Amino acid sequence: MMENKIERKGQVLFSGYKYGEGIKKALKLSREDILFELKESKLRGRGGAGFPTSTKWMLTAATIDPDKYLICNADEGEPGTFKDRVLLLEYPAMVFDGMVIGAYTIGAKFGIVYLRGEYKYMLPDLEAHLEKMRKDNYLGEKILGKDGFDFDIEIRLGSGAYVCGEETALIESLEGSRGEARNRPPFPVNRGYMGKPSSVNNVETFANIPFIVLKGGKWYNKLGTEKSTGTKLFSVSGDCEKPGVYELPWGTKVSELLEIVGAKNTKAVQVGGASGICIPKSQFDRMLAYEDLATGGSVKIFNENRNMLEVLKNFMEFFVEESCGQCVPCRIGNVKLLEGTKMLLKGEFTFEYINKLKELGRTMKIASKCGLGQSSPNPFLSILENFKDEVFNQGWRNNGR
Amino acid sequence: MEDKNKNRVPLGQKPHIVEKPKDPSAIGGSITVEINEKKVTVPMGTTILEACRENQIHIPTLCYHDDLCFAGVCRLCVVEVEGMPTLAASCSYPITAPIKIKTSTPKVRRARKHVIDLMLSEHYGECYSCIRNNNCELQALAKEYGVTDYTFGHIEKKRYEIDDSSFSIIRDLDKCVLCKRCVRTCIDLQEVGVLEAIGRGHETHIGTFLDKQLADVICINCGQCINRCPTGALHEKEITQDIWSAIDDPTKHVVIQTAPSPRAAIGEEFGLEPGHSMTFKMNTALKRIGFDAVFDTNFTADLTIIEEGTELLLRLYKALVNKDESVKLPQFTSCSPGWVKYLEHFYPEYVGHLSSAKSPQQMFGALLKTYYAKKLKLDPSKIVSCAVMPCSAKKFECNRPEMNDSGYQDVDYGLTTRELAKMIKEAGIHLPEMPDSHFDNPFGDASGAGLIFGVTGGVMEAAIRSVIEFITGDKAEEVFDGMNVMPVRGFEGIKYAEIKIDHVGPVPDLIKHLVPNWDWVKGATLKVAVVHGTANAKKVMDDIKAGGKFSQCHFIEFMACPGGCLGGGGQPIPTNEEIRKKRAEAIYAEDAGLELRKSHENPHIIQTYKEFLTDGPCGHTAHKLLHTHYTVRGKYIA
Amino acid sequence: MLISEKQALTERVGMLVQKYGNSRSALIPILQDIQHNFKYITDFEQQEVARLLDIHPVEVYSVISFYSFLSSKQRGKNIVRLCQSISCELEGKEKVAKAIERELGIKFGETTKDKKFTLEYTNCMGMCDQSPAMMVNEKVYSKLTPEKAVQILKEVK
Ligand SMILES: Cc1cc2nc3c(=O)[nH]c(=O)nc-3n(C[C@H](O)[C@H](O)[C@H](O)COP(=O)(O)O)c2cc1C
Ligand code: SF4
Ligand code: SF4
Ligand code: SF4
Ligand code: SF4
Ligand code: FES
Ligand code: FES
Repeated sequence: MMENKIERKGQVLFSGYKYGEGIKKALKLSREDILFELKESKLRGRGGAGFPTSTKWMLTAATIDPDKYLICNADEGEPGTFKDRVLLLEYPAMVFDGMVIGAYTIGAKFGIVYLRGEYKYMLPDLEAHLEKMRKDNYLGEKILGKDGFDFDIEIRLGSGAYVCGEETALIESLEGSRGEARNRPPFPVNRGYMGKPSSVNNVETFANIPFIVLKGGKWYNKLGTEKSTGTKLFSVSGDCEKPGVYELPWGTKVSELLEIVGAKNTKAVQVGGASGICIPKSQFDRMLAYEDLATGGSVKIFNENRNMLEVLKNFMEFFVEESCGQCVPCRIGNVKLLEGTKMLLKGEFTFEYINKLKELGRTMKIASKCGLGQSSPNPFLSILENFKDEVFNQGWRNNGR
Repeated sequence: MEDKNKNRVPLGQKPHIVEKPKDPSAIGGSITVEINEKKVTVPMGTTILEACRENQIHIPTLCYHDDLCFAGVCRLCVVEVEGMPTLAASCSYPITAPIKIKTSTPKVRRARKHVIDLMLSEHYGECYSCIRNNNCELQALAKEYGVTDYTFGHIEKKRYEIDDSSFSIIRDLDKCVLCKRCVRTCIDLQEVGVLEAIGRGHETHIGTFLDKQLADVICINCGQCINRCPTGALHEKEITQDIWSAIDDPTKHVVIQTAPSPRAAIGEEFGLEPGHSMTFKMNTALKRIGFDAVFDTNFTADLTIIEEGTELLLRLYKALVNKDESVKLPQFTSCSPGWVKYLEHFYPEYVGHLSSAKSPQQMFGALLKTYYAKKLKLDPSKIVSCAVMPCSAKKFECNRPEMNDSGYQDVDYGLTTRELAKMIKEAGIHLPEMPDSHFDNPFGDASGAGLIFGVTGGVMEAAIRSVIEFITGDKAEEVFDGMNVMPVRGFEGIKYAEIKIDHVGPVPDLIKHLVPNWDWVKGATLKVAVVHGTANAKKVMDDIKAGGKFSQCHFIEFMACPGGCLGGGGQPIPTNEEIRKKRAEAIYAEDAGLELRKSHENPHIIQTYKEFLTDGPCGHTAHKLLHTHYTVRGKYIA
Repeated sequence: MLISEKQALTERVGMLVQKYGNSRSALIPILQDIQHNFKYITDFEQQEVARLLDIHPVEVYSVISFYSFLSSKQRGKNIVRLCQSISCELEGKEKVAKAIERELGIKFGETTKDKKFTLEYTNCMGMCDQSPAMMVNEKVYSKLTPEKAVQILKEVK
């Protein structure tokens, strides 16, 4: 029932990859060499936060605990994001090879893929692929004859909770608890799954690894921009002719992307999913890059006919439902922002109160316990800022009708 | 106390702590940080909150509690850490690097105010009709942060129904701020596991298994959750109105017995520092309120020692001499109704080990409507028997169907220390100003042995004082320095002691007739243990189940509440280890100052056996009135 | 519940614990297994799982209540989950929802009398490029129209 079979082109991930090649090359290198290449590549996490992958792995590698975990975050729950789906469905070799290389690098014995429940239909194929890897000795004991390198991957399913994409909530969920984010420090690299050092990385992050190993960090960091190297998969949806997953170098302008996907009459673009920010036409020459518009990959396009307050309402409803509910700013704050949105829709608001809500939004961004509450005010703040005219004049327009 | 972070905490709230070094002075054991531009050196792993408290910097908290592992969910305690893009929750941020902390920046103050505003926006309830008025952390925070209006609106409809199904505990979730202290208390501190967060997001609430009412789940009524709830969301079922009506009814003879722990704590309700004993002032206050007579539960505590001690000796005789394998040893104490219910639910196969002796409260109840009524020629149906207890489970206990051996409900009302304080205030009395007065006859003043029932280890100490004298004829004060049985004292969760009995002295007449001869005790070693807090009880019970060291014990004292009754669920709020220790000191000091410190020497006890319980300890009358049986409950409720 | 039924459940839970282990981290896989086969986790099963994993029943219930895909109340044989997030909302989820509700005669959040279908909303399921989308049990259907959605449900047994 699904249509992933779109022709894909790209400089890295969609450039073609031969199963096992990355692992073979990696096992000829030392762990330090791989970390060096990784550092050179300046690869940053593709899950959204953009933490340098080499640093995360170095910290995990540096811990003395012999039991380390490498966790692949395949919870992809951000509305508007679906690139990991494509990677896992069509290019599992890149992802799993990346995990094996990662395990070798940090010295992990156990690998876990946290696959969101919605993607359960992929399970048979993924399991089959892992089985094949075991047969070919890419997984198991003494991988490719390398003494002391034992590693296997287990796939665990989520159960329908967006917040479990947050790495510490994910770990809680793996441990059999409610997906409530943990206090940090200590960070997962020191104390993660089962209290053991754990590195949690995004599916796409792993998929990049074999290429960096094969072609070198230098080659990789030439792509993209100074601070955002390489390419990025963008999940493009909304009002355009060709929605889908696109591999583009970091630094691509929003307007360029809109051109590629055939978007017309575009009024607004939401970058980074529900928790991202919404930009108007006047900002379409901004870059998709960590230093400008950072994103986990979601690009959502709205044309002139869309009502931005309706969009915002949908986002806020999402957060009210998906907040884990443990901390006050997020549990109650999102409800207040949703109420505010509804006031705006009805035109029953005072600027004084809306300004208080904006203040609240800014508090949520710094006082919430985890990334969910820290980013959920983004659409509220950016839509109110960037679409002032539409937002504040809508109520009486609606009522006047 | 054991490390509070080592228990089995609710998994979702495992404290991800950084262990503190054993020796902070070793290299790398300490670290210097800057707090508000002042340099301070703290052991590695100290939380920011701890570091600030040690340096007299006040940081508001709500989900943090001294007794519990941390949660970091209310976000009130946030502070700025230089270089961090977000604020840090100081209660749960272990210091491991030389960070710079600011505790009162505009951002921080704004965030705290917002958190309070948000909580208030969903808080349904009015302070002046709330049991926690004037002793509510949320209310205090609102005041501290100068809340003058509801910035983000105010909820106008109740969201939840009040759960008043339990005899002991009422839950009013509309006042709940979801700090999860109760969850951590019930699962971690007490290991009962009644409460957890249910649902997700804005729908999250504190609930029970299948969201059943409290009466229908395995709640043991210990009330520890009440003591740690910052708001009025959890409180005891109040019965003060009923008592007022009884007092106002001239046809009723209203009496009250007072347990040993309330007197050591009630002063806190009147602004005194913890650790003031108010025994005799309280007596006066109670009489002024209008109680017809005021008795000391310590009297029946003394009686409990005789009955329970006798029962133990009988069990030992049957087991050791008669080799009767059906005898259940170790014998467990039964005076803590929270513990009794815990055992009934979690280890129902062990109810036979519970001493059949009733708790002091219930013994008193049974005597009041029989012995006392007869002696004073009162109609027992006109006696209203009240008890002030440190405990919420006592409310449940007096409502147990088996507790009516006098022909009436033995104890009509169990009220908590907090409720009594309220009544005293309502009567216009300032307790610390009261003159002293004694307990009423025929029960009079009781022994120090009964008094120390209020502290963990107290029942055991009282029993040892008497049993040693019964068996060896030696004076307890000669065996134990100052009569203080130190091995069973202290706040350690589980205590174990052995007492060698090398000779048998003249056994007093009171119990001598019970067995044909007493030589078998010679050379025996009495093995005892003392356990407080049901989490510790679980450890000991599991050990017994596995045939470990504790299965070899003869007698084990169990108290449901941490610290024993003085830390009970009906005691003044707040509570923490320091406060509990002060209360214990007050009790021990009062005991040390008494002439009469052994249960069996209590002249009123001797009198009672002579006049009323004429067939002696564990005899027929005693059995009918002072002993009971238990219910196998199990864990399955659906 | 009959004793024999209880025994059967106990046995079944016991087998699951053997399969997934008795550590706390096995909790969610065990619950998922029960949910997959029976569409909800009965009260009795929750207590059995708790007993065998040595945790409190309320913790099991708490976990179930947290996750949208776990249920402690009886559900239909087929659980239909329609995406309500932004793309699907903009691409006509409402029309699809109305059509399904009319066809099955129930509202979202309800279960048909014959216990064949339960209707639920869910959040983005990663099919935004082909919205609106829905899941029937574990199968995903995209680019829905009201007619197509109804047709899909007709074919479900
Ligand atoms: C609410 C929330 C949801 C998240 N969801 C995902 C997700 O679905 N997939 C993901 O890879 N990272 C997600 N993240 C980011 C992770 O916490 C984490 O930063 C990431 O997995 C690290 O991998 P990376 O370094 O490879 O980016 C989420 C974060 C938050 C706060
Ligand atoms: S910010 Fe939201 S999702 Fe994160 S811990 Fe707080 S309530 Fe949970
Ligand atoms: S719980 Fe506290 S704030 Fe709420 S009504 Fe009671 S006293 Fe007032
Ligand atoms: S009274 Fe005790 S057992 Fe009952 S809910 Fe409170 S802490 Fe748990
Ligand atoms: S009931 Fe009290 S202790 Fe429990 S979460 Fe609510 S406010 Fe906190
Ligand atoms: S007291 Fe620190 S977060 Fe609640
Ligand atoms: S919004 Fe419906 S699948 Fe993403």
